[in-house]
Amino acid sequence: MSEAKIQIKNLYKIFGKNPRGAMEHVKNGVGKDELLEKHNHVLGLKDINLDIQAKSVQVVMGLSGSGKSTLIRHINRLIEPTDGSVTVDGDEVLKMNEEELRNFRRSKTAMVFQRFALLPHKTVLQNTIFGLHIQNISEEDANKSARRWIERVGLSGYENKYPQHLSGGMQQRVGLARALTNDGDILLMDEAFSALDPLIRKDMQDILLELQDELHKTVVFITHDLDEALKIGDRIAILKDGIMDQEGIPAEILLNPKTKYVKDFVEDVNRARVIKAKHIMSEINGQDLSGAMPIDQDDFIDRFIDKVISDKPDNLVIQDKDKKNVGFLSTKKLSEILKR
Amino acid sequence: MSNFLTDFPEMPNKQFREFKKGVDASYKDFAREWGDLIDAMFDPLLKMLVFFEKTLIATPWPIFMIVLLGLTYWGSRSIKLVIGTFLAFVFIGYFRMWDETMSTIAIILTSVIMSVVIGLPTGIAMSRSDRTQSIVTPILDVMQTMPPFVYLIPIVMLMGIGKIPGLIAVVIYAIPPLIRLTNLGIREVDKEALEAADAFGATKKQKLYQVQLPLALPTIFAGINQTIMMALAMVIIASMIGVKGLGQPVLQSIYNQYFTKGVLYGLAIVIVAIVFDRVSQSYGQRIQKHRSGKIV
Repeated sequence: MSEAKIQIKNLYKIFGKNPRGAMEHVKNGVGKDELLEKHNHVLGLKDINLDIQAKSVQVVMGLSGSGKSTLIRHINRLIEPTDGSVTVDGDEVLKMNEEELRNFRRSKTAMVFQRFALLPHKTVLQNTIFGLHIQNISEEDANKSARRWIERVGLSGYENKYPQHLSGGMQQRVGLARALTNDGDILLMDEAFSALDPLIRKDMQDILLELQDELHKTVVFITHDLDEALKIGDRIAILKDGIMDQEGIPAEILLNPKTKYVKDFVEDVNRARVIKAKHIMSEINGQDLSGAMPIDQDDFIDRFIDKVISDKPDNLVIQDKDKKNVGFLSTKKLSEILKR
Repeated sequence: MSNFLTDFPEMPNKQFREFKKGVDASYKDFAREWGDLIDAMFDPLLKMLVFFEKTLIATPWPIFMIVLLGLTYWGSRSIKLVIGTFLAFVFIGYFRMWDETMSTIAIILTSVIMSVVIGLPTGIAMSRSDRTQSIVTPILDVMQTMPPFVYLIPIVMLMGIGKIPGLIAVVIYAIPPLIRLTNLGIREVDKEALEAADAFGATKKQKLYQVQLPLALPTIFAGINQTIMMALAMVIIASMIGVKGLGQPVLQSIYNQYFTKGVLYGLAIVIVAIVFDRVSQSYGQRIQKHRSGKIV
């Protein structure tokens, strides 16, 4: 695998009067509650290591207070860490001076916020060009680019409305258009869809996936909603009390939860919609494949389960897109995985 | 011993007299030394005030009326307010108070301009640093609670009687709400909007002009409105040190017990105050129409 786009190493964040002093305690293994009670400091993040690959969607998931919003703010350094390192394209973000940081934020990153954070005194169009406007890019170019994205997120005709006149979902479309107009490689989305109604949230997720198919940005997506994480994420990191419990592809997290916390989290998920055939197949190893039903390795279980039930084969043979056999799966194992 | 408990241990009479004399003398020396220079420094301000006053008085009344009503409509978009303003100024003119009203409007205009010029940057500076805030706040407290008569004394000693000392007294009295509300308005700006500006790489200056000031504007406007009102309230006190306008006839009426005259000029002050207040308030509301849910 190539060098990760964003590398987070040994990142610590402690809130309080003397975070450096409190670091000692944290390194000695003092937990979040004890640190607050005995030393009056809040543990934000503890020893976070995360590599985010270019053009992938990395979801960071956790309940409120788990430090996920703190983590995403370290990537564009809206929050200063207590210790550790964050590099983007090999450049250390934490060593940048004020001007370098500003240029970094202008050119490489764009952010979408949970409560939209639009400027109420600016119209949709003015909000959308905000990122370009502060870079003194000519009004004409900025407007052209902004109008394109406004159209892309489905807000044509609303250019001259104020944010207060739009519904939540529409406001977040403006937030998305604003971030896209800025045209950075990295899209930071802090619970971007959490404040929206379920139906609108689904719409926005679809818009994001559709755009990602075309734009291939590096997306860091924060959420507390597992279904959303599984739907959007190429990889998922799970945070609890400032500690990263597990990180991996969705199927791995579902099939092998490492801690009880993760296990509780994934218990009620509809596995058939998340796990693909290739995630659960075993090696062929001379297995007799006569009469086995062929299945595409990238199919989710719910795509082929009906057929398995009606045809009742003993074994499934898993094939890649050139119809080459790459693995097999017994129906017994399949039913165990679904029952678990 | 019993004396110690019943009478507070005071400064001895002789020393106290010396103390007062000493302070007075050194302030007088200071005034003699620097008075002219300070006068000269305020000369441009005096010129502005005199210019406003002369222009307003020289303007034929129908033109003034048209401009005033035009401004009222532009500020408030309310026909009712325009009619009210018209009737109010007809009352002022018919009862022979036109010129004094013009003088008063001139000093209000000058002192509000001066208050904004000083108050807005001060408020911004306060909002940017807790330290500056902790230094400026007690000064504002003194300015707002010290009886105006007290600070009139050193001002008059320094600059004599006239328009400029009057103007300074008005500004000292009227500026605190503007400074306070500018500070408050900027500090209350939504943290998320600021964070978004940061995330997109805005400089401090861009944040001030594109996020903080526009979002604080309604609060700042409430401050300007307060400043206008307080400046009007100072008109009578300022007239005691030679500021012409609606205050002087009221003062005469007090000394000579002219009941009708006093009431008429008092009413004129009220009229100017109400018109200014309504117009500036509705203007303030109008500039934040984008905050309402109504489709504009």
